[in-house]
Amino acid sequence: MKKIFGSPETLREATTHYCPGCGHGIAHRLVAEVVKELGIREKTIAVAPVGCAVVAYDYWNFDCSEAAHGRALAVATAIKRVHPQNVVFTYQGDGDLAAIGTNETIHAANRGENLSVVFINNAVYGMTGGQLAPTTLLGQKTSTSPEGREKKAHGYPLKISEILALLPGVCYLERVSLHNPQEVLKAKRAIKQAFQNQINNLGFSLVEILSPCPTYWGLSPKAALDWIRDVMQKEFPLGRIK
Amino acid sequence: MQNTKILLSGNEAIAQGALQAGCSFYAGYPITPQNELIAYMSKYMPASGGVFIQAESELAAINMVYGAAAAGSMAMTSSSSPGISLMQEGISYIAGSNIPAVIVNIMRGGPGLGNIAPAQSDYFQATRGGGHGDYRLIVLAPASVQEAYDLTQKAFFLADKYRIPVMILGDGVLGQMMEPLRLSGKKIKFKPAPGWALTGCKGRNPNVVKSFFLREGELEEFNLKLQEKYKIIERKEVRCEESFLADAQVVLVAYGTMSRVAKSALNQLRSRGKKVGLIRPISLWPFPRRPFAISNRKLKYLVLEMSYGQMLEDVRLAVNGRQKVDFLGRSGGGIVSQEQVMNKIKKLID
Repeated sequence: MKKIFGSPETLREATTHYCPGCGHGIAHRLVAEVVKELGIREKTIAVAPVGCAVVAYDYWNFDCSEAAHGRALAVATAIKRVHPQNVVFTYQGDGDLAAIGTNETIHAANRGENLSVVFINNAVYGMTGGQLAPTTLLGQKTSTSPEGREKKAHGYPLKISEILALLPGVCYLERVSLHNPQEVLKAKRAIKQAFQNQINNLGFSLVEILSPCPTYWGLSPKAALDWIRDVMQKEFPLGRIK
Repeated sequence: MQNTKILLSGNEAIAQGALQAGCSFYAGYPITPQNELIAYMSKYMPASGGVFIQAESELAAINMVYGAAAAGSMAMTSSSSPGISLMQEGISYIAGSNIPAVIVNIMRGGPGLGNIAPAQSDYFQATRGGGHGDYRLIVLAPASVQEAYDLTQKAFFLADKYRIPVMILGDGVLGQMMEPLRLSGKKIKFKPAPGWALTGCKGRNPNVVKSFFLREGELEEFNLKLQEKYKIIERKEVRCEESFLADAQVVLVAYGTMSRVAKSALNQLRSRGKKVGLIRPISLWPFPRRPFAISNRKLKYLVLEMSYGQMLEDVRLAVNGRQKVDFLGRSGGGIVSQEQVMNKIKKLID
């Protein structure tokens, strides 16, 4: 029998620690497929976040660095400057990239560092128990906004990708989603574009991926995907931003 | 460059020493009184073939050092007290990830924003970890521009040998004063990345650089390895200068700039027949305990610091109750004067 589908060599054999319905599993696989298809496994160096995906290096089969919470883009900046021939990417959640790491994010983008960023936006802090994130929607209940996010106390959901679009050193920004198979395929194309841009020395590329967190949204895996489709993407519109 | 003698500031001498020691990556942020160091690096590092980045903060700078070190570079940063506070998280990560780096602290008055005058108030921060977790830094304290240059080169050697962060602990006086510096002719080439570094997994299994060990027992096992490493360093890497201890009635203990004041006082008093000695720790961690194993019970130690008594605690531990340990210190930018030292010694001798 001919094998027509399997795991790319860029993914390790590992038991997932992610929740049922979590988007990380899909996103990790998309990254792994892109790295394989571009033939860059031996050149790739990933920088993992702090968050549920802190152990991303347990799933990917290429060089990987840890980074302190929020600092992935500083770490990646240095790795890329030291090894410009390698493909260096960060994989970060909304706390890592748009709360504690905002300064490192803006400045790496402003320097036009030739990096690819995979930004997983699930509107909540998963690893630590479902707290308010910069991208939490107004009215969304979390463990640190039990009455729901409100403008006065918490401000508005942060559109970091739209902010980064102002910077000349940024060459590519796209927001995609995982809420159905067509969107997953679009997400993969965007990730591939971000990596290809780096290979072509075009500057800073970022793909924001709207990703489900059924556990802390208090929804079933299917309902979580529908929430992205019906609610979240209205706040975070899909498509190319830059 | 063989045997050239030039006039250089301490800050610049440290930068020059780093460049000759094979430093291939520098990231930093401006802060007084070490701005001459980052400026020197911005001028000479690119020409040297290495990477220079002025980062957006000290927080970013230390994390860039982490990345460069993880990628196999000989990486360095420099700052002064408030900036070093910002770097503590990154230093803990560097220590916890078993990667090498050199960090320079040109101390200034604190706490908080403090002032830009010199101080020795970060001894605790440097030698007691500073960041979280059970880790150590090798801490080296130069007392002259020449020694700053020499010890910086040693720092890179030690960082690489032990895969540990090494700190050069200076102060605003040392950083900004200018003295004749004899340059060594050596220039160490950039080393190829070690086998554990992140270079892309061609021809080998993928490498992971991390300090995170979640599985049962793993972190303890890793910590035990770090402790083993520290024991070896404690045996092998103590550095200290001892003068006139044989017949001393009062032994001064001082490091860095304060040791220069101590030496002036010592020389003056010795010329008048007073029996004064000096222990000048050069490695603050590992702290030199052996010189304090003096049997004369009537001897008195006088610890001199530009602080309110930080190294004092290590001296007390080393002396272990055998003799009296006295202290004279000023901080917040004040420096104990030679006259103050001499008056105190006279009181102790009589």
